[in-house]
Amino acid sequence: MPTLKSEVQPVVTENDIVYVRQNVRKWAVEMKFSLVDQTKMVTAASELARNLLIYGGGGEVRLEQLQEGSRMGLRVMFVDQGPGIPDIEQALKDGFTSGKGMGLGLGGAKRLVTDFDIKSIVGQGTSITTTKWR
Amino acid sequence: MSTIRLPEILQKAKAQILEEWVKQQMSGAGARADLIKDGELRKQSEEFLNNFQRSAQSGETENIQLPAWAPTLELIADLTRQRERMGFSPSETALFIFSLKEPLLAQVRAELKKDPEAAIEESMGISALLDKLGLYTTEIYQASREEVIRRQQEELLELSTPVVKMWDGIVALPLIGTLDSARTSVVMESLLQRIVETGSEIAIIDITGVPTVDTLVAQHLLKTVAAARLMGADCIISGIRPQIAQTMVHLAIDLSAVTTKATMAEALKTALARTGHRVVKDVVLKA
Ligand SMILES: Nc1ncnc2c1ncn2[C@@H]1O[C@H](COP(=O)(O)OP(=O)(O)OP(=O)(O)O)[C@@H](O)[C@H]1O
Ligand SMILES: [Mg+2]
Repeated sequence: MPTLKSEVQPVVTENDIVYVRQNVRKWAVEMKFSLVDQTKMVTAASELARNLLIYGGGGEVRLEQLQEGSRMGLRVMFVDQGPGIPDIEQALKDGFTSGKGMGLGLGGAKRLVTDFDIKSIVGQGTSITTTKWR
Repeated sequence: MSTIRLPEILQKAKAQILEEWVKQQMSGAGARADLIKDGELRKQSEEFLNNFQRSAQSGETENIQLPAWAPTLELIADLTRQRERMGFSPSETALFIFSLKEPLLAQVRAELKKDPEAAIEESMGISALLDKLGLYTTEIYQASREEVIRRQQEELLELSTPVVKMWDGIVALPLIGTLDSARTSVVMESLLQRIVETGSEIAIIDITGVPTVDTLVAQHLLKTVAAARLMGADCIISGIRPQIAQTMVHLAIDLSAVTTKATMAEALKTALARTGHRVVKDVVLKA
């Protein structure tokens, strides 16, 4: 599956989350996603970038524009070297939080995108890949 | 590199160096006759030369961080900030210092005519020293620019929280822009404060201008609504655009405890009704 374009952004401060949202919106607009899909991608990215910063201690966000046959995909990856998630199923449950949040971000992000892939190793970090196709 | 002769040269030829230096500044690349008067320029140059001489007399000319250089650095900082306000560019300000090189080194050459090797040594030492002092002006520039940016950011934080009185007992808070968590807390605090001050019964929070509503923004909104309720005020959230509504459903954000309206106009209508007002349209009878 060819990758047409890619970009990596570090996330180490609160402001970086704003840049991630802006960048995802820019890419989604360029790829002519509908307004609803743009908003979904941006919101999912906002959730996962914030988790990456708060729980993962910062990391990287990678954007990719994919082409598969006639369809186009926007892939956003979130990679941190933080503590990892001991129980992914529990973390995905609505209302579970180990912090002060509402516990809705992770599960919500999964529902907002088409493909959602999460890998996490305790003590090594978390890597989440989200993709939306059009 | 050495600058052993520098204090002596300054002592001997200061008047001449000053004369040459001022001339240089008035005709050289950094000249800005439009921004600074000749008299002022001369005064500043003389003051600098005096400080420079005093600092150089310490014999420590390699490291300008030493105490002997503090008065000179302070003067440079003052001059730089002043010039920034006057409209000088950073390089024009640095040239103030760099342009001293030529007149000073000319004196070195004249003074050490018979010992060219020592003249080269001395020149290199003085040159390096003036480089450091010149670069110090750009450091000051940088610091003051950062200060300006920081101040503007803070002003933005304050500016971006308009709380509008709509009617007796009704206030509105149009939220505009990215709600990063720093700003959200400021906005919410200011809303709660205005509710208290105005003794309002109803607060309309309009989120038409918020591009992204994620769980953090939602959490702030819900907390504000709860806090307002404790103070005896009801909140109405308006301006939830269709795409935001869909996204909030996917995030499983529960707004059922809050009154929501599509537009600010509808929210105001509801608020007026709740506070016992009616909006009626005059009926004009046609003849
Ligand atoms: N990158 C990560 N590294 C480590 N733990 C994580 C990471 N992302 C999520 N988690 C864990 O999963 C939990 C659930 O995440 P989720 O985003 O659903 O909720 P939250 O961030 O606590 O609150 P909300 O997102 O609603 O503001 C978190 O509380 C945290 O324990
Ligand atoms: Mg979260």
